[in-house]
Amino acid sequence: MSAVEPTMMPVGDTPSPAETASTSDRRASRRAVIEEAVLPPLVALLLAAVVGDALILSFGQSPGAVYRLLLDGTWGNAYGFGQVLYKATTLVFTGLAVGLGLRAGLFNIGAESQLAAGGFCAALVGLLLPAGIPSLLCLPIYIIAGALGGGVVGAVPGVLKARFGAHEVIVTIMLNFIVLALLNYLTSTRLHVPDTLHTAEIGSGALPRVSDAVSSFQGSAANATIVLALLAMVALWWFLFRTRRGFELRAVGLQPHAAEYAGVNVGSVTWRALAISGAIAGIGGLNYVLGYKHYYEEGFATGAGFLGIAVALVGRSHPIGIGLAALLFATLSQGGLAVNALVPKQMVDVLQAVVILAVATSVPEVRRLLRGARRSAER
Amino acid sequence: MADPSAPAAPTPAIRLRDIVKSFGPVQANRGAELEVARGEIHALVGENGAGKSTLMRVLAGMYAPNSGHMAVDGRDVTGWTTADAIAAGVGMVHQHFMLVPTLTVAENVMLGSELTRGPVLDRAAAEQAVRELSERTGLVVPPRALVSELSVGQAQRVEILKTLYRGAKILVLDEPTAVLSPPEVQELWTVLRALRDQGGTIVLITHKLDEVIDVSETITVMRAGRTVAHMPTAGTTPQAIARAMVGRDVALALDAEYTGVPAVQQLGAVPAMLEVRDLSVIGAAGQPMVRNIEFSIAPGEILGIAGVEGNGQTELIEAIAGLRAATGTIALGGRDLMPLGVRQRGDAGLSHIPEDRHERALVLDYSVAENLILGQQHRFTRGAALDAGRILSHARSLIAHYDIRPTDPALPARALSGGNQQKIVVARELSRDFKVLLAAQPTRGVDVGAIEFIHTRLREARDQGKAVLLVSADLSEVLALSDRVAVMYGGRIVALLPRSDASPETLGPYMTGAERAA
Repeated sequence: MSAVEPTMMPVGDTPSPAETASTSDRRASRRAVIEEAVLPPLVALLLAAVVGDALILSFGQSPGAVYRLLLDGTWGNAYGFGQVLYKATTLVFTGLAVGLGLRAGLFNIGAESQLAAGGFCAALVGLLLPAGIPSLLCLPIYIIAGALGGGVVGAVPGVLKARFGAHEVIVTIMLNFIVLALLNYLTSTRLHVPDTLHTAEIGSGALPRVSDAVSSFQGSAANATIVLALLAMVALWWFLFRTRRGFELRAVGLQPHAAEYAGVNVGSVTWRALAISGAIAGIGGLNYVLGYKHYYEEGFATGAGFLGIAVALVGRSHPIGIGLAALLFATLSQGGLAVNALVPKQMVDVLQAVVILAVATSVPEVRRLLRGARRSAER
Repeated sequence: MADPSAPAAPTPAIRLRDIVKSFGPVQANRGAELEVARGEIHALVGENGAGKSTLMRVLAGMYAPNSGHMAVDGRDVTGWTTADAIAAGVGMVHQHFMLVPTLTVAENVMLGSELTRGPVLDRAAAEQAVRELSERTGLVVPPRALVSELSVGQAQRVEILKTLYRGAKILVLDEPTAVLSPPEVQELWTVLRALRDQGGTIVLITHKLDEVIDVSETITVMRAGRTVAHMPTAGTTPQAIARAMVGRDVALALDAEYTGVPAVQQLGAVPAMLEVRDLSVIGAAGQPMVRNIEFSIAPGEILGIAGVEGNGQTELIEAIAGLRAATGTIALGGRDLMPLGVRQRGDAGLSHIPEDRHERALVLDYSVAENLILGQQHRFTRGAALDAGRILSHARSLIAHYDIRPTDPALPARALSGGNQQKIVVARELSRDFKVLLAAQPTRGVDVGAIEFIHTRLREARDQGKAVLLVSADLSEVLALSDRVAVMYGGRIVALLPRSDASPETLGPYMTGAERAA
């Protein structure tokens, strides 16, 4: 950076009123940013609650009783909470994967197959590793295997987009079919334990469960992958908001022309973003393979990739928001099992759908309402 | 404030009183007044952000005012809708054309009020209607031509025709000359005068003061959302209008004297700092956009490129910057730029003020501080991370030296006015270590005070021995800054003159393609 020329004097003899208003401007703009980040999901939850009430009443049940049951079955006891944590862990990975794509202006619909491919590759490595290696030693190998599995599946639409302009939505959707079918074929013809849809158990590297330390979690699948999920959240936050590459990636997502002007190779950011996105989803496969069943099973996390899209949208593509949204969707999905006695568990699917729709539509709507409210407050 | 003493106009065509219009915390109009007599050409002038366009959009029914009164032809129309405004004969021609490029002229004109025979569009009737309107107004455009094939000047005629077709008697034009060559501007004035003579009322939004003097009969000046002056054009001067616009005396580009031939040029045989040879650019549809262009710029020289927009200037600048594929050679201080990418060209000493501030030059959601390092982010790192401390001190120093307001480096660029956004770009590009500056439309959409400031900075860069390539659609800007002037037409440089030989009269024929030299 060169020095500023000392000869350059400011024009304008009087300080502008804008200058004195700077601090209040700043506060207002901060407040607007926070409101815009937080309010749409809250409005969405409120809407979901209203729709939920109506549904519950239509089944002749009391909303209070159903919601209490939902909370008791999730956050109300150690087992339920452990299940929420387990489901949230996978959703954090798929949510971060989709969120990273969104930050780069890319819509990755392929987390579903990237997650499966990551889990599959991890299990494959696990089958090759001899028994008795300490978990901490083989964990890096598993992470690399999961990341490679998901990353390759993610890189394909990235390269096709950067090289030929193929739209990533179409390619990732189609790859979901292809990759899932391929994995099923390999599992059911080559790798399965007879009469099952899963592989043999991995030799080494199973991760400890929460219940190993706290016995009341007995039976729940929550495991040390939670730590990986938290680390992934921190790492992605740091990458996006603190590094030069993150700065460039977000610029591509916001204004590709400006990024190009700033010397960023938009094509290479595109394929790298999708590859990293796939890798993150792929690492999510460890939650099941290392932490829960210790083998790859066909359809081990069906729906978690698609739910990751909802998690990223509700979490506004911010790692903290994604963590909270993952807990929310995990709670709903576990809660569905708990309330099944009173209302069909599909009711919870409806609630999830309402949250997604409401967030998708409420972002501009909430902005408009806020503006209107502020204007009338000023008058 | 509006002068009610004009005795000859009993009911004015437009009377706007005390108009207040705010967008969130921003008050665009804070008690604006406008009174336009029937059958006059009225100029509405003011700096960018003074609230002119907002006031006219209120008049056209696009925005409802928060308070105030609006009357058209004596009828109270406060808070009417666009449909009401069209029905009452108020039409607006926007700065950005609102035409469908794949439809013909006649189809565009009738769009929204289609002529039909049964369920079928009656194209013949629409073409006939366009021809009749053309004849009556002098706005001649081939009715069957596709809009995508028209020149910018012709497209603007279609916009005006469309408005007249809907029965507009009060015509509002928002900066209509920004995209026109001098002869086209003269033709537009002829058309507007003819419309006025047929009883039309015209409001012209502009900040080019020579135009105001040329064509208007009455002037309303706005500043910071308020009306600050209302005067007959006869008897006023550009200086007086500018003072009312800015609130203080300013050096005007249109009377800024060109400040002399730089020493290096007189020396003659100085090696060129930027040398372009046989440069060609092919457009997306395979058509040549830049054809075999050759020029060189000496250190300490500004080469200005005049020309109507869309004649290859954008493509030329982007090719040099590395944003667009091209053939030929580009050398900076003897170094071949062709194999280098955008970032490497920057590191080699190329600085670039892009014409498109909102799409290219800034990331609007990024903070002022972040925008001040855009393109140089690789120089502000500590390991993989960005060095927040250095970015902040860099921002503070540039904000102070370039008078960027508000002064908070954490505000998003979006929150700043156009002039201050442009100052971010100028500050960033002039503070880096560069030898050649590409300045494309450096003062577009910028207010008078900031134009003066930016011009001073460009002259300083020249005086420090930088080579500057200036592209501007504003001929007065090219003439005020350049040491040599080139004209681009149809992707070629059709004239390259020393400043002393360049004037609107000598350049005009080249800009329209009527003449070729060089």
